[in-house]
Amino acid sequence: MPDEKKGMIRRFLELSPDSVPKTIFVAVAVCLVASMVVSAAAVALRPLQSVNALKDKQINILQVAGIYEPGVDVLDAFSAFEPRVLDLNTGTFTDQFDPANFDDRAAADDPATSVALEDDPAGIGRQSMYVTVYLLRDDAGDVDKVILPIHGYGLWSTLYGFIALEENGDDIFGLQFYEHAETPGLGAEVDNPRWKAQWSGKRLEDDSGELQITVAKTAPPAGDEFHIDALAGATLPSVGVDNLVKFWMGERGYGPFLDNLKAGNV
Amino acid sequence: MAHKRREMLVDPLVDNNPITLQVLGICSALAVTSSLQVAFVMSIAVIFVTGFSSMFISMIRNQIPGSIRIIVQMVVIASLVILVDQLLKAVAFEISKTLSVVVGLIITNCIVMGRAEAFAMKNPPIESFIDGVGNGLGYGLILMLVGVIRELFGAGSLFGITILETVNNGGWYVPNGMLLLPPSAFFIIGLIIWAFRTWKPAQVEEREYKIQSVEAH
Repeated sequence: MPDEKKGMIRRFLELSPDSVPKTIFVAVAVCLVASMVVSAAAVALRPLQSVNALKDKQINILQVAGIYEPGVDVLDAFSAFEPRVLDLNTGTFTDQFDPANFDDRAAADDPATSVALEDDPAGIGRQSMYVTVYLLRDDAGDVDKVILPIHGYGLWSTLYGFIALEENGDDIFGLQFYEHAETPGLGAEVDNPRWKAQWSGKRLEDDSGELQITVAKTAPPAGDEFHIDALAGATLPSVGVDNLVKFWMGERGYGPFLDNLKAGNV
Repeated sequence: MAHKRREMLVDPLVDNNPITLQVLGICSALAVTSSLQVAFVMSIAVIFVTGFSSMFISMIRNQIPGSIRIIVQMVVIASLVILVDQLLKAVAFEISKTLSVVVGLIITNCIVMGRAEAFAMKNPPIESFIDGVGNGLGYGLILMLVGVIRELFGAGSLFGITILETVNNGGWYVPNGMLLLPPSAFFIIGLIIWAFRTWKPAQVEEREYKIQSVEAH
């Protein structure tokens, strides 16, 4: 059989390039070879890629919790966190999913675990009702910080990030985005350490429990604890960050969970 | 022959530069030059893709039917671009994050297809490879030039290392934000073309029209 096959290929090769069978033969052959190369590369490199993506996310969680130092063993440092899957409706943890395998983004696409948003200030389309949050406990075993994933639309892209809150569910420890495609120098200044530093020490709510955190251009009143300066030259990304933080920290986001946290039920 | 090959490699740097003389590949030159690091990786990626796509296309050039030649070229180029994209994600994740969609856009870079169609379809594989690498280098050279200007004056740094301390970070330099926007690359490339053509007047194109003096009847 191989001989006959070889003969067939040779017969094709000797055809005039412009004949119809030759055209079909070349098209099929080129596509076949190209698709094999591409899929081989994709499959062979996928383990490396997912390790990279996971490591990048873990580094961001470490950074937002303020315990990242360059050169640190990421996996080792990350083991300090306790990942839990949170049910946003009730604000309680669920054991329905294994946090090690739970994929928040896939869950947002699955009708069984997500809802389509009609009123959608963060511009996310569908919201997963289950999200993976990370708890950092102190030596006594009490919750010290909670790291909550947040995302929403900026100008060009969806910004994915984390917000770190103190155990009282009100004081912000930090905020950081790990994935976005905003303009370098403008919207991408959300990565600027000086801008991010503003979040630390701010509060979400005032004493009456009203959500007050805001990203705005206007100057805050003296002694304000809720105001983040918007980015110069990046009005829409700033509005996007404002919207997404208000959305996720509000009733439809982590509101129920934060109430539980404040009541000491976590 | 060796002399000719060297010429094929060096010629596209200045004398026959794909960006400044042929004015190809402008679109990606606008998109990736706001940071030097990104521009550098993009240049390497384009050199790789132009070199190997020209070589592979040249290897099968006698078999490619004229009626579907562009599609065949696209398949070869696109496969190589996906390969580069996957490789970057696997070994240089940080950089692939900043490049994001831009790597995919190499597929639409006119230089790659321009060389495949104009050179590789008519020349043997080794020459085509050298020609592709040369044109990739020419593209990379302009990218780096534009990148240096845009990052230095737009963000006050080179390769992410602060050179001019910006006001935002407590320094003295007020960065020119316009340089970080894609249109600024148009101005810079325009100025580079002007500089090249002043240096090498042979590159100046002849006018396609002449203003004629009309004699009065």
